[in-house]
Amino acid sequence: MTCTDFLSQLTDYFDGKVDPKLLAEVQAHICECHHCEVVLDTTRQTIAIYREHEIYEFPTDLRERLHAAIMKKCTDPR
Amino acid sequence: MPAIQSPATEEVHPDVALVERAKKGDTAAFEQLVRQYDRQIFRVAQHITQNREDAEDITQDAFLKAYEKLDQFQGNSKFSTWLVRIAVNESLMRLRKRKTSKTVSMDEDVQTEDGSIPRDFAEWRPNPEQLYGQTELGDILRKTIQGLPPGFRTVFTLRDVENLSTEETAEALGLSVPAVKSRLLRARLQLRERLSRYFKQKNAGATT
Repeated sequence: MTCTDFLSQLTDYFDGKVDPKLLAEVQAHICECHHCEVVLDTTRQTIAIYREHEIYEFPTDLRERLHAAIMKKCTDPR
Repeated sequence: MPAIQSPATEEVHPDVALVERAKKGDTAAFEQLVRQYDRQIFRVAQHITQNREDAEDITQDAFLKAYEKLDQFQGNSKFSTWLVRIAVNESLMRLRKRKTSKTVSMDEDVQTEDGSIPRDFAEWRPNPEQLYGQTELGDILRKTIQGLPPGFRTVFTLRDVENLSTEETAEALGLSVPAVKSRLLRARLQLRERLSRYFKQKNAGATT
């Protein structure tokens, strides 16, 4: 398996959906190729860090203001 | 031998009942849906537009549009996916209006920019949380995702930040599953490459 082949399986690998026939090859490649091992690990960290960090604030006052505006328009007769 | 009881009906998502009540004019039910999803819709809009005022407007507009179109919601998909789809469309429309971005369609930006080939193979050690404080880390994450083409940013946001399935992401964006997978791979790899500038182990070579 080449590095390009490995990359093409990366999404399925994260989803646990690699074709069982290919899985052993993918795993062997990770053991053999340090570059791909790093790409796998740092891509995993990339996903985790964005998932775990709320990077945009949604303060309560803004939330309440939006909420009131939405409900006002929903209940207003047109 | 007693027959093993199999579940007679599939579990119904609690939103279904709320939507049914809202359709009949129960605004309290709709209010509950707003409370459940306003944060998610605001986050999606902010991720796509990278603009806070736009995200505020989109959040309002998306819920109002949803309220007006409730009758069109068939329940074939989750209510949240349907709502996200409305918010994504509003967000992309907003980007087009702003025209500060060269590429705002979900299709245009896929041919451009081939930053998806990994070049940096340094490990991230110590891990980013050990390396940076919360504020600085937040700045890095915002700046980095901002640099991604909108089409990639959108797929990454729905699939990885909001944790929609690949199928739900495809549905929300009107894309095929293979198209989502291809954009997702490139988005993840580009983000990884850009983050690596900040997170890579010091003294490690960029390439070997």
